[in-house]
Amino acid sequence: MSSAMIELILEATLDTLYMVAISGLISAAVGIPLGVLLNVTRPRQVLAQPALNGVLGIITNVGRSVPFIILMVAIIPFTRALVGSSIGTNAAVVPLTIAAIPFVARLVEGALNEIPPGLVEAAQSMGATPWQIITRVLLPEARGGIFTALTVTIVTLISYSAMAGAVGGGGLGDLGIRYGYNRFNPTIMLITVVILVVMVQGFQSLGDYLVRKSDHK
Amino acid sequence: MAARRLTARPSPGATPVAQMIRLQNVSKTYFTKGKRDGVEALKPVDLHVPQGQIHGVIGLSGAGKSTLIRCVNLLERPTTGTVTVDGQELTGLSRDALNQARHRIGMIFQHFNLLTSRTVFDNVALPLELMGVKKAEIRERVTPLLELVGLADKASHYPAQLSGGQKQRVAIARALASRPRVLLCDEATSALDPHTTGAILELLQDINQKLGLTILLITHEMEVVKTICHRVSLISGGELVEEADVGDFFTAPGTQLGRDFLNDFLELEPPRTLVERLEESPGAKTHPVVRLAFSGDAVSTPLISRLARECGVDVSILQAKVESIQDRTLGLMIAELMGDADDTRRAIAYLETHDLKVEVLGHVQRDD
Repeated sequence: MSSAMIELILEATLDTLYMVAISGLISAAVGIPLGVLLNVTRPRQVLAQPALNGVLGIITNVGRSVPFIILMVAIIPFTRALVGSSIGTNAAVVPLTIAAIPFVARLVEGALNEIPPGLVEAAQSMGATPWQIITRVLLPEARGGIFTALTVTIVTLISYSAMAGAVGGGGLGDLGIRYGYNRFNPTIMLITVVILVVMVQGFQSLGDYLVRKSDHK
Repeated sequence: MAARRLTARPSPGATPVAQMIRLQNVSKTYFTKGKRDGVEALKPVDLHVPQGQIHGVIGLSGAGKSTLIRCVNLLERPTTGTVTVDGQELTGLSRDALNQARHRIGMIFQHFNLLTSRTVFDNVALPLELMGVKKAEIRERVTPLLELVGLADKASHYPAQLSGGQKQRVAIARALASRPRVLLCDEATSALDPHTTGAILELLQDINQKLGLTILLITHEMEVVKTICHRVSLISGGELVEEADVGDFFTAPGTQLGRDFLNDFLELEPPRTLVERLEESPGAKTHPVVRLAFSGDAVSTPLISRLARECGVDVSILQAKVESIQDRTLGLMIAELMGDADDTRRAIAYLETHDLKVEVLGHVQRDD
């Protein structure tokens, strides 16, 4: 294999990691608070706001029901306004993040639902404020579940990033389509797949390790 | 859920012993959407617990005891009435002031409710963190508490590594961390085996005596009431139907429900073979079978032998049991009074004049 080819593969791998890292970070930063909000505004929770909860739920569901490939093209004007272009890795980060936020939110909400209500009640009996309940009870108790949620999200983002690559987003998906598929280069195709498998495996193992470390049940 | 706020504050010095917990006219009705009539879990109740007392509320499941105890620290907002703890009317407080007041009210639960993500030490430290106590002071305060509950060596363990009894000890240490004046126990021993229950009750009694902590507990176990309570309320259908000193309650419950609880607890039922022979009304040749309950001086008086001497009645003891309730001794006996009709009638009257509770269970045919 030529050194140019190796450089191409390396660049594509870094592009994929870049897209996944940025969209993963932003979606965690927005999705975790949104998931907490979805949980605590439910009826009979610490900040019960049924109306707000309903609205947030609908927004989240809309975000989750649009297929990624549609979302990507549908928000092109928004992407262009935000990053100045609709192609390239930065442009791919926008739809990836938007797709991942409701995904993270629902998973985090689910992780918080697993916490026995008695723990919240105990904290309330100690005079904890809703903010203290969120930061000192809910989030620490759900730490394992949140790591699981983020691992699933990262793996999903890796797969979505390949899709983004297909429409000019760069990265391993782009490489696999352009060189592996369009130019009938089975070696490139194989290498692309192997790198993606290793990447997914690596993130999954890291996630599993963090979950194990934070689980004292 | 508009809580009716009565502004009546307890006038200080109105009673010789300070009232630590006062529920006045407290009721709780749960409303469900679309239904006009709610479910009345708690009918208006009054409950007063003086400082330093251990007060038990006993009732069957669904009687409203959980709702009652959760109204004391307003985990459950009462529909009507006022809750006053340590002279402060909680029902009239703002959210922030209520959180402050809750620091003075510890609570422990049936399922312990410890945070699984925190070590024993950090669980006990939690209420102090919530109050904004400094790290160094937290360390100073948590260690003695762990020593008090006998878990100093488990400080860095996680709750999952502990037994049920140990978990409840951690929960007790946690509840005491904020130096409360009142401890609420919500079925605190119901998930524990009898041996562990005994150890936890001992610890609670210890705390009550050492720290002068007022304890309100709810339970369905007479054993709990018998072992540590000074005073007991009986709850049924959301109402407090009886309240008495524990000694009085165990010797002479005032309600049928109280008697049912007591009989179940003492398990003093006549043997089946006897029940089959019992007849409701006396015949020409029958002896009465009686259940005798005696307490206080009657326990140490040789009444049975006196019966034989003074009334000419022989006593055949079918079953007997002696229980120590706090500082009192309670004796129970099922006996056949053997003598002719006049003599046995006199014997029953004699026993009653000596402060025994006599209940005629029935009559059996004489063997002769």
